[in-house]
Amino acid sequence: METIKRHFFSDMSVMLGRSMRHIFRSMDTIITVTIMPIMFMLLFVYVFGGAIHAGTDNYVNYLLPGIMLMAISSGIAYTSYRLFMDMQRGIFERFHSMPIVRSTALWGHVLTSLVSNAISVVVIILVALVMGFRSSAGVLSWLAVAGILALFTLALTWIAVIAGLSATSVDGAGAFAYPIIFLPFISSAFVPTKSMPSGVRAFAENQPVTSIVDAIRALLSGQPVGNDIWIALAWCVGIMLVAYAFAMRAYKKRA
Amino acid sequence: MQTNAIQVNGLQKSYNKLHVLKGVDFEVEKGNIFALLGSNGAGKTTIVKILTTLLKQDSGTVTVNGFDVAAEPDHVRQSISLTGQFAAVDEILTGRENLIMIARLRHLDNTRQVADDLLNRFGLTDAADRRVSTYSGGMRRRLDIAMSLVGKPQLIFLDEPTNGLDPEARIEVWKTVKELANNGTTILLTTQYLEEAEQLADRIAILHEGRIIANGTLDELKKLFPPAKVEYVEKQPSLEEIFLAIINKKEKK
Repeated sequence: METIKRHFFSDMSVMLGRSMRHIFRSMDTIITVTIMPIMFMLLFVYVFGGAIHAGTDNYVNYLLPGIMLMAISSGIAYTSYRLFMDMQRGIFERFHSMPIVRSTALWGHVLTSLVSNAISVVVIILVALVMGFRSSAGVLSWLAVAGILALFTLALTWIAVIAGLSATSVDGAGAFAYPIIFLPFISSAFVPTKSMPSGVRAFAENQPVTSIVDAIRALLSGQPVGNDIWIALAWCVGIMLVAYAFAMRAYKKRA
Repeated sequence: MQTNAIQVNGLQKSYNKLHVLKGVDFEVEKGNIFALLGSNGAGKTTIVKILTTLLKQDSGTVTVNGFDVAAEPDHVRQSISLTGQFAAVDEILTGRENLIMIARLRHLDNTRQVADDLLNRFGLTDAADRRVSTYSGGMRRRLDIAMSLVGKPQLIFLDEPTNGLDPEARIEVWKTVKELANNGTTILLTTQYLEEAEQLADRIAILHEGRIIANGTLDELKKLFPPAKVEYVEKQPSLEEIFLAIINKKEKK
């Protein structure tokens, strides 16, 4: 038992390397998780941006947090897809019948989700910089932003794990992500919630994306973050814990 | 004392209300090829899953290479390899990458050398750096079996290894299995093809409705039937023989 436990990091790195290869060899994944959000950013800044009065002098600054969340939301659909394929093709069973730390077959996907989403977020920030994004945030604020994004990614990743483990078809494995990708549109991500009719506004102001977007936006622009950051963290941690519990239940059922 | 590679006693397993295994007993000697024969749904895969620690039994004891599958699954996994019903290969990786991945997960040194040797042995050297998604069914199965040989496990489980393969690929797989057994590897294979069991196995067990209803060498099983009557029948070549003869002729040209 002990001799096997010691290989946790080595097994994890094999699993991570494997799924990162899957990502870099799939044009579809790269387009969806990086190019699409960038297109959205271009579209909103250069097409709709002139008509949107967000109250900041620079609309890219306003838009960036929401775009990052969209990128992460579409990224996790692929986590679910890759996990589903592993279960389908029997490679999961092969791993489980081998002398490895079994949980790495699942955690490898979780780690891949964190790493790959981090890469797409960095690419998006670089493009935003070219488009005129500027931030007065210090190192601590940037670390806080990274922390919130990582928690958001983890929360969604565990939802993706539930979907990947319990889906019965490829389409089903990815479909859960669409409502999540859509959430930023009904939030403060693109336009201030003040402009929305009261019903929509009530939803927009009380769903997780708005508090997360507002917290990140405040951090990046050097404004006081107020309560937003605690609400944002509570959402992320809450969703993560609940999703994790259900994901583990689905995992035990399958494995 | 000679211990058996596999020892199964009173194995039972139900899925909800479906009683799949109703007390299965059998043993496999080291170095033998043992065929588990049965129709679809007889419970062959369930037995393989329990023996390879993927599934827990309801009752009964199972020892694999001297280790109890329920109590010491890690030790069991160390000494076995599973080739499941569907080729469990990573389609997006190349053949070489698949083998290196398994070698790294088995914590071997010189993983590249291990991969090269197996690619060579299974005639996959030319295709080594192509993605597996471009492989034919036979090549995938060969790679699948090659992946199971990484780290030289003492016992290999082959769950319906020739399912869905064309006759040529099937014969290729048979050849591989025989070679493995000649080198001392114990093999448990499941199949629904009688001919496959007849061709390969030292011992054959017939699984029917959750129990082993017959178990023995081919000769022993034959003795269960009344002695053969001698009749003279003109032997027609089977379509398979014709197919293979034509293919071989073509290749020789």
